[in-house]
Order: sequence, then structure tokens, then C-alpha cells
Amino acid sequence: MSKETIQVDALESEAIFIFREVVAQFEKPVLLFSGGKDSITLVRLAQKAFYPAKIPFPLMHIDTGHNFPETIEFRDRLVEELGVELIVRNVQDNIDSGRVKEETGRYASRNMLQTETLLDAIEEFGFDACIGGARRDEEKARAKERIFSVRDDFGQWDEKNQRPEVFDMLNGRIDLGQNVRVFPISNWTELDVWSYIEQEEIEIPSIYFAHKRKTFVRDGMIWSADDAVVYRDEEEEVVERMVRFRTVGDMSCTAAVLSDAVDIVKVVEEIRDSSISERGARIDDKRSEAAMEKRKQQGYF
Amino acid sequence: MKVLKIATAGSVDDGKSTLIGRILYDTKSLTDDKLEAIEEKSRQRGFDYLDFSLATDGLVAEREQGITIDVAHIYFSTPSKSFIIADTPGHIEYTRNMVTGASTAQASIVLIDARNGVVEQTYRHFFINNLLRIKDVVIAVNKMDLVDFSEEKFNAIKGEIEYLASKSEYKGQNLTFIPLSALKGDNVVDKSDNMDWYQGETLMHHLERLDADDINDESQTRFPVQTVIRPKTEEYHDYRGYAGKIYGGDIEVGDEVAVLPSLTTSKVKSINFFDKEYQKAKRGSSVTITLEDNVNVSRGDMLVKVAEQPTIAKQLDATICWMDKEPLQASQRYYIKHGVNDAQAKITQLKSIIKTDFSGVEENPSELELNQIGDIQLKLSKPLSFDAYKDNKSNGSFILINPKTNNTVGVGFIK
Ligand SMILES: Nc1nc2c(ncn2[C@@H]2O[C@H](COP(=O)(O)OP(=O)(O)O)[C@@H](O)[C@H]2O)c(=O)[nH]1
Ligand SMILES: [Mg+2]
Repeated sequence: MSKETIQVDALESEAIFIFREVVAQFEKPVLLFSGGKDSITLVRLAQKAFYPAKIPFPLMHIDTGHNFPETIEFRDRLVEELGVELIVRNVQDNIDSGRVKEETGRYASRNMLQTETLLDAIEEFGFDACIGGARRDEEKARAKERIFSVRDDFGQWDEKNQRPEVFDMLNGRIDLGQNVRVFPISNWTELDVWSYIEQEEIEIPSIYFAHKRKTFVRDGMIWSADDAVVYRDEEEEVVERMVRFRTVGDMSCTAAVLSDAVDIVKVVEEIRDSSISERGARIDDKRSEAAMEKRKQQGYF
Repeated sequence: MKVLKIATAGSVDDGKSTLIGRILYDTKSLTDDKLEAIEEKSRQRGFDYLDFSLATDGLVAEREQGITIDVAHIYFSTPSKSFIIADTPGHIEYTRNMVTGASTAQASIVLIDARNGVVEQTYRHFFINNLLRIKDVVIAVNKMDLVDFSEEKFNAIKGEIEYLASKSEYKGQNLTFIPLSALKGDNVVDKSDNMDWYQGETLMHHLERLDADDINDESQTRFPVQTVIRPKTEEYHDYRGYAGKIYGGDIEVGDEVAVLPSLTTSKVKSINFFDKEYQKAKRGSSVTITLEDNVNVSRGDMLVKVAEQPTIAKQLDATICWMDKEPLQASQRYYIKHGVNDAQAKITQLKSIIKTDFSGVEENPSELELNQIGDIQLKLSKPLSFDAYKDNKSNGSFILINPKTNNTVGVGFIK
């Protein structure tokens, strides 16, 4: 038993405070879990918020079917260890039933299709609060997000009419049919997340560390050639490179970066010195300047 | 690492977004891809300079209209410190978003266009900074390049603000005046060659020196209980942990505490954070506390040290900043959220509207409109345990929620 003085770090303390507000103010919260480093960090924070009790809400993964296999293995092991419920809803089901249409061609991605599956799942389970790992430093539309962000039945974000959020008081009152998206690590930067993973010795999927992979280059970005999911032209040459991933979204829209960072210490160093932003490797944001804002208006995470 | 939260304020077009973009640029915080996007957009729009507001105006409507509508939180760090800057809107109709950005700030930068001097929004924002009791306020006199870097202009504005400050009730504020050009970069990060008459620091230098510890929050210990943790497992069969964040002061094992509002007393048995126990926890920490005795504690209750009790009452006087299109009127009912505690509140009196140019009050008005600030009295459906805002920010503030729309319609500062 350590009997010292504790000063919980401001960002960690804030996130834990937010988790506890969610559980106190909502009846059916859920944590949206992608298997990426941000949602893994959320899980650790949720554990801390309610310890020694278990995390008092399920995790939900909206599976595009295009995930890195490493992420899925990791996910299943984590929920097993924590003893929490995992809900998986598949984008593939909506494609098979013809409810949504899959993009084809060079930049085809299932990223946008997740929204539909997410909204269905929210309705199916009656979730009133969906906790996500979005951060304000990721993207400039996200920089405008509240911590409790109210959405209507269509999941829409009314960005010009957000509730004032003063001090740390969080107003979770909603009408029937509305739900709230909650962002406990809003104020963290990418470097904060990586430093926390290092400090807490949190395990993360192996694709975040440098490894050899068959890749090809398009538009100055490096894509995985290992898998049929990423569309590749005949003439795009496959070369084995030492790479890692900075975000693990859908494989079809997540590019790799050249890296020698084989462990967490090196990753933190690399992020600290990086001159490219994290979402710089996400082709879904490059579609247009307002890509993220448009997706959010339609109910995206 | 320490985080310093800074809010910006000032009228439309005074250069807030440009200043933040300039800071990001000069501290090399803009990554290559973001910088390229700004260069490209600036070119497309036919500018011969970089339009840094493109870095922060993240909404389509904002870029279309060239204005800031909602707060953007911008993150950057220097070797010594991390910063969060809130880029806030200048339009009067978006004042509530400015209050949102400023409420959590430890320091604030009020921009003034050197050509226009002190205008109505400057008064209002300076007033709100005082109402919030923000400790460090920088008056950034911007666009000095457009007034030939004139010392007289700068001094005139400085004099006017100092006069306003002399009329403010809050005397603990540190005011710093800096002449700069956000667009050209004078005195933002690098010292200007155009203003030899200015001997002071650059803006960044000044911000780097500020204390990231929120000394404003130093006061008596308040521990509002957010939720009770009961694992109901064999190992923790009788465990009842009170989860919350500590405000004001520290808590130590053995402290004699009172549970409010019931006033039952007990002693702190343990302080837990995750899987460890601690002897003492500092303010600002989200922890879990157990007590020696099996007393009744639930969400909304507050643990305090026996010798440091706040006011417990079913009525309170406050200054309120109104944030809703539907005006506040006496005798209306709202939900009140005081920290993590909820109650119902009825406006028993609307005493006055406070003029934000420090020129006095309007007595007995019939209503308080959007963006107006006034003094009210509230009757509460249950007793709340509160402090005056000047003694404890978190335990001295509240929000009002409209029961019909569920919107947050006002923020109150308890007298
Ligand atoms: N000449 C000059 N123009 C400036 C300066 N700072 C901002 N501006 C211009 O003033 C206009 C408004 O700036 P913006 O940052 O959008 O103002 P905001 O409304 O306060 O965010 C833009 O056209 C800027 O380029 C400055 O120091 N000098
Ligand atoms: Mg602006």
C-alpha cells in the first residue's frame, strides 16, 4: 500500500470527471470502441473512474469489415480481460441488405457507411449517450465540439447552435429521441495520448509500431498492399517498407508512415518531432476542407 | 506537463483568429500539411499574405462569412509549457460562446484594433473577464502596422482601459498592455523592430511566464459527490466509495468531514485512485473517498472539512449572464445545476441590469435579454451548499436550464 500524496494530472482528472457525469446523468451509455489508441485510452480512463467496480456500460464496435486483423484480435482480448460486454454491429449487413451502397474505385472507403450502422445501433439499444475518443486537436471542425454534444434522432450536429458549456458543468438533459455524444479526451493532444500510453504502460495493437509491410505509394502516401481491401492499380508497384500506422481507422482510408519507432518510447519521440498532423494520413479528411464537418452533421462519430 | 488555458476576446475583426494563427506559425506548431492547406486557400482567395484565421475558423459558415461563430480550442506547446487557446467569436450575438471559452481560462487576451480603440464589445468582454475574475489579462493593441506604430495611439487606449479597471470591483487582476501586429508578427513571438518605444515583453514571452497553476482556485476544500461506487463483488462486499473531484484545497486520510446538506460527520478512511491508496490528495484530483462511518451519502451531496463550511440555503443572490433568446423574467422557473447537484429554481427578483461599460445599473427592469448581465435572487426547491464566487469559483457558480428546451440559458455567479 503506497501512502503518499497524489495529484491527478489535470487532463486525466477531467476525463474521469466526465465519465462519472455520464454514468450519473444517463440511463444507457455506451463506449464507442474502434480498437484504436484513443478508444483504448478511453477504456483505461473508464476503468480508473469506477474502480474497484467494473466499467458500468458496454463497448460497441461499428465494424467496417475492413479492420486490420491485429485490431480485432486485440479488441477481443481486451474485453475478455475487463469482463465487459462488447457489442459489434457490421457495416457489411447494411451493404448485404442493400440499405447502403458501397463505393468503388480508387478511393473507395466504408468510412462514411459507418454512420448508418451507428445510428441503427443507437436506436436498436436505445443508447442515450455515446462516448467517443475524438479530440479537438485532430481537425478544425472537431475543435468546435462541446464535451456533451447533443444530437437529434438523425444524429445531426447543429454546429451553429451548441449549448454553452461553462466551467465544468455538463448539461445532459435531452428530449426523447435525442442523444448525446460525449468526448472525455476533448482537450488531449495526440502527444498527450501517446505519453499517457507510455506512462500507464497500456498495451496497444502492434500495427502502431514500426514493422515490415508490403506497401505501395499513391499521391505521396503509403498504402498497405497486404490486403485486397485497399484498391491498387496494376502499375502501382509493391515494395516492402518499414512502416507504422498513426491512426487505425478503416484500412481503406488509413495510410502508413515510414518509421523506425519499434516501441512506445520511440513512438512518443517520433510524435514529438513530427511535422505532419495525425489526420494528414487520413484520406477521408482530404476529400474536401469541410469533410469532417459534413460527416458530423450527418451523425458521424 | 502544466497546461495554461487562455481565452481570447475582442470585437469582430480585431484579429483574434489571425493572432492565434500567427502564434501557431511562429512557434512552429502548424504541421506541414496544415500550413500547406492555409497557403493554398490564401492563394485561392487572392491574398498576398497568409490568412491565419483559416487555421482556426473550422466551420463552413465561418469561412464563408469570414467570422468566428463558435469557440475553437487550439493546442500547442513550447518547451516549457502546454497551451490551450480558445478562439472566441466577437459578434455580440455570440457572446455566450465567448463566455464558454473564457469560463475555464486562467488568462485572457483582449484584442483591440488600434485604429478603432475601445469599442462597445471591448467594454463587454473586459467586463466579462472581470466578472469571471480572470487573474491575468493581456490587452493586446493590434494592427499597430495600420497606425504607423504610434505610441500615442497605444497610450490613449492603455489609459482608457486603466480607467475602466479602476471602476471594476475585482482588484486582483494583473493587466499587461502589449502593442502588436498579428498579421505581420510584431511583438507576438518575435520582438518588433518597428516600436523602439516599447520596452516590454512580447506576447509569447509573457504567456510563457504565467503560472499554469490556477491560484484562483485556492480556497477551502469542497468535494461534491458525483456517484457512489459499490462494486458488490465478494472482495469488495461492503465497499462504498464516494467518487468526485476535489476543489479548493487538499484532503487527507483522518480529516474530519461533514456531509452536506445533512451535516452528519465522519472521518476520511481512505483515498483511492485506481488500484492504489493514498494518504493525501491535492485539489484538482478526481479520486474516490471512503468514510469511517456508514453515513448516508448520495450524488449531489458534498463533503467538506468540519471547520470549513459553506453556506447552506434555499435561496441565493447572484449575478447572471443571460444566454438565451427567450428573455429571463421574474417568477419564471428553471432547473439549476450547481456543480454536479440539480434542483429547481424560481426567479424571485430581477433586481437590475448591469451596464457592461461600468457606468452603473438599470434598476427593476422587466426582463433580461440575451447577452445582458443582471442581478437576481433565486428560490430553490432544496438547500444547496455554496460559496460566493469570489471565494470559490467552482462552488460559487451555477447554470440555469430551460425545462422546456433543456438548453443552458444562463450562467450565474453567486454573491
Ligand atoms: N493590417 C493588419 N491586419 C490585421 C491584423 N490582424 C488581423 N488583421 C486583419 O483583420 C481582419 C480580421 O481578422 P480576424 O483574425 O478574422 O479577426 P477576428 O474576428 O477577431 O477573429 C483580417 O482581414 C486580418 O487579415 C494586423 O495586425 N494588421
Ligand atoms: Mg475570429
